[in-house]
Amino acid sequence: MDMKRRNLLKIAGMSAIAGVAAPSALNLLMKGNVQASSSAGHSDSPSDAHGEMPAEKPTGVRLGLAIDVKKFAENKGLAEKCVAACHQIHNVPDFGNPKDEIKWLWIEKFENLFPDHSHYKKNEELHQLPFLAVCNHCDDPPCVRACPTKATFKAANGAVIMDFHRCIGCRFCMAACPYGARSFNWRSPREKDANGKLKFIKDLNEKFPTRMRGVVEKCNFCAERLAENLPPKCVEIAASAQAMYFGDMNDPHSEISKVLKTKFTIQRKPALGTLPSVFYII
Amino acid sequence: MYDGGKIIVGLIIFAGLMTFPIWYNHGDAGAIPNVEKPKDVKECVKDTQYMRTTHMVLLNEWRDNVLREGNREKLKVGNKTYDRSLMNGCMVCHTSKEKFCDQCHLYASVKPYCWDCHFLPKETL
Repeated sequence: MDMKRRNLLKIAGMSAIAGVAAPSALNLLMKGNVQASSSAGHSDSPSDAHGEMPAEKPTGVRLGLAIDVKKFAENKGLAEKCVAACHQIHNVPDFGNPKDEIKWLWIEKFENLFPDHSHYKKNEELHQLPFLAVCNHCDDPPCVRACPTKATFKAANGAVIMDFHRCIGCRFCMAACPYGARSFNWRSPREKDANGKLKFIKDLNEKFPTRMRGVVEKCNFCAERLAENLPPKCVEIAASAQAMYFGDMNDPHSEISKVLKTKFTIQRKPALGTLPSVFYII
Repeated sequence: MYDGGKIIVGLIIFAGLMTFPIWYNHGDAGAIPNVEKPKDVKECVKDTQYMRTTHMVLLNEWRDNVLREGNREKLKVGNKTYDRSLMNGCMVCHTSKEKFCDQCHLYASVKPYCWDCHFLPKETL
């Protein structure tokens, strides 16, 4: 075929324009659908992040946790008990040094949990309280966006959980999480001592697997217990002192909804817009 | 070609040695694995042939169902119910990894890493 350079350039130019324009035009058409599906099930309409009322009534379950800090202060040792129980049933290893530390639930000082609150002329008592810190199970979790393998994902009930099988240990999620709620297994949790006993897991729960070296882990809102209609372990332990409330925040009749409606609560780093599902009653 | 004869003879010997394992073991698949089946349970969640060839697919499906879809409904076979779980389901009946899993896995030289995280029923850690 005899084609002039001028014609060739014309065709090439036209196809380039068509190639660039077609996907964006398609995107425009599809946009309506995409937005609808991403906001279904949760109360995370875009306006929500700016403190406005959500446009439509949220549907589906969204689990939330409220921690009454004063109750933990009154019941000395309760917070430690919750942490120990959580770590025991999930075979969380205790490596005995802060560098390798793995934590699902831990005790933190006020100023570390709420760095964006004013600490000027602070209330002395507040800074002595034992604050339990846990994965916030955000409505818009940055870790899920960062995970390249979708090992961490948002479950239908609003909990952010991890599929340890899929974790490749890239730790993007740890960098993305603004709450430091994720831990990396630098060492194998199954290391043994000279007697062939596990060094780092003292009281093994054989119903729950361990992890392996190179896997990130975090609180899973006790997904395995929720399946059996049991509350998360920490909530169960704190139930005696009524120090923790857990339930579906989208259900106006649930205990947590009532607590959130009637009590003043604060969340960690609310300005980031991740919409944490863990609330602190001060 | 210099020393053509020697080279060709050498090549033939070389090829023979390299392929020795192939023709020596030809037609012999080794001793067939002898797995120990659970004594008191006669029925598995699927038929034997399916489990033999496709159990890994089933385990993957279970994992996705349970973990990712949050569907932890138990399986009912006969009058027994099972957790859809390797550790809390399969290994309840198949109480020995050594006598059950390993038999075929060693034979087929398949090394699954399930046990890096999940527990064995008896030979724990």
